[in-house]
Amino acid sequence: MTAETAPLPDLKPPSSTIGPIGWLRRNLFNSIPNTILTLLALWFLWQIVPALYDWLFVRSTVEAADSRVCRDAGGLCIAFLMEKHRLILFGLYPFEQHWRPLAAMCLFLALILATCNRRFWKPWLWLCWAMGLPAVGVLMWGGVLGLRYVGTEQWGGLPLTVFLAAFGMVFAFPLSILLALGRRSKMPAIQALCIGYIELIRGVPLISVLFMASVMFPLFLPTGVSIDKLLRTQVAFILFAAAYLAEVVRGGLQAIPRGQYEAADSLGLGYWQKTGLIVLPQALKLVIPPLVNVFIGIFKDTSLVVIIGLFDLMNAAKQALIDPNWRGLAVDVYVAVSVVYFVFCYGMSKYSQALEADFNKSHR
Amino acid sequence: MNSSTPYIVEIRNVNKWYGEFHVLKNINMQVRKGERIVVCGPSGSGKSTLIRCINRLEEHQAGDIVVDGIRLTSDLKGVEAIRREVGMVFQHFNLFPHLTVMENLTLAPLWVRGIPKKQAEETAMHFLERVRIPEQAQKYPGQLSGGQQQRVAIARSLCMNPKIMLFDEPTSALDPEMIKEVLDVMVSLAEEGMTMLCVTHEMGFARTVANRVVFMDKGEIVEENEPEAFFHNPRSGRTKLFLSQILKH
Repeated sequence: MTAETAPLPDLKPPSSTIGPIGWLRRNLFNSIPNTILTLLALWFLWQIVPALYDWLFVRSTVEAADSRVCRDAGGLCIAFLMEKHRLILFGLYPFEQHWRPLAAMCLFLALILATCNRRFWKPWLWLCWAMGLPAVGVLMWGGVLGLRYVGTEQWGGLPLTVFLAAFGMVFAFPLSILLALGRRSKMPAIQALCIGYIELIRGVPLISVLFMASVMFPLFLPTGVSIDKLLRTQVAFILFAAAYLAEVVRGGLQAIPRGQYEAADSLGLGYWQKTGLIVLPQALKLVIPPLVNVFIGIFKDTSLVVIIGLFDLMNAAKQALIDPNWRGLAVDVYVAVSVVYFVFCYGMSKYSQALEADFNKSHR
Repeated sequence: MNSSTPYIVEIRNVNKWYGEFHVLKNINMQVRKGERIVVCGPSGSGKSTLIRCINRLEEHQAGDIVVDGIRLTSDLKGVEAIRREVGMVFQHFNLFPHLTVMENLTLAPLWVRGIPKKQAEETAMHFLERVRIPEQAQKYPGQLSGGQQQRVAIARSLCMNPKIMLFDEPTSALDPEMIKEVLDVMVSLAEEGMTMLCVTHEMGFARTVANRVVFMDKGEIVEENEPEAFFHNPRSGRTKLFLSQILKH
């Protein structure tokens, strides 16, 4: 017979491994190289933070008639940004009508934010979009309801950036899925077409695609037919982004084990059922980080429309610098614009992290 | 069943190559409705490839395979029709990890058979009770043990109400203590008269359940016999060698 032994009682962990001191020891000072890195980082912060604080708060100028006062103070020229913020945010849109792009953009962003939350994925969300998008259009173009008509050549600033990026992503994404599926297709013609498209578009700079859309494409149209320049730019964006996204999606498709295809096949699912119900949900979940990477890239690449003369946020900011009264304030305006870009990109990044956490929680 | 029971699977002179490698050599085999056949043999003998040809997860290059009256060709309609009637259980379960157990079970009935959701869920619950894990219905496959996953996989196939079930080494990826729970489910299926084609090394299962044992080696069927005769009086030397290796310990 074997002797029964009681299990050992639980002991408390040593006090040096728990609490804030334990955390410091574990994370910042747990080895000599790590301690050196911690000290270096502290030194670096000590160098940077006070100077930044100084520039932002101590030496910044709130009231100034021109840039000379700001330059003498040596800090952020808040007065300049206050004077020019409407030009930067709305570009060449008629000044007294600025509430319209503002309202349109807020409505549009509200719709997007609501759509990001899966609790709102109900039929009424479609209704919101169906009513919201025309409302955005009416606000931007006008010409009805007593609103003055404003053509797309006058649109600009942040709304333009948001619209270009959002529609770029929304239309490029499904196109990219089709391209990725096509590239893996067993049908040689479709496969060749998709490979050719992806490689061609990926092989040329976005700037040249934009140029072709704005300068070359109209030459091929019959006389009398003209397509709006903004629309052409938007389509160029979609086509360009789709090629990049397609390769990301393909990476996800390749990570799905063969067993999943075989299980779907053996149950009698057809190609589109297998793809839509089994393969894509898993593949897209896997590639959320690189997908968001490309989305963020698309958002920032909208600043390249400057070369075909559209006044997106970045180009509008540059216009603010032309004013002879406000010379030499490039840093101030680029910092301000960067903050706006950062807010949007960081938001996308955070959303993707939340999405990933959500999926991981439920699936494994 | 007797000799008048119709064949549900007929395999005639089937050959298959992987590149230069001749993996199936002139295979002939018939399965009657209600028959339970165990296919065994050393690894690389082509036994998995053979049963995967029956629902065309693998393509044969010569010969004929007729399943439930439909001849397997590259015609997709025919292939999908056959797959609807043939259930398959895999070595690695191949459950859909992004769907709950219940969703795994109702997916094909909903989308392939067009059965209403409520009815599909009732059927799914019925089969989950059959494999004795109804309490796991709302979990994801990743939260289950291997044995439970394999039982869900069996239930998933049964939800399509198949005429024949193929098992491709269903217990090979399981821990020893989980093999029994899966075999129990398979035995009860056999007792209910399901037509089964099973690639397995579980010789105990073969002995108690199979009507016939088929032994394959190097891409050909070496011997085919009733279990009693197969285990006690193997005719070929290769069968003897295989049995002595597999039954020794």
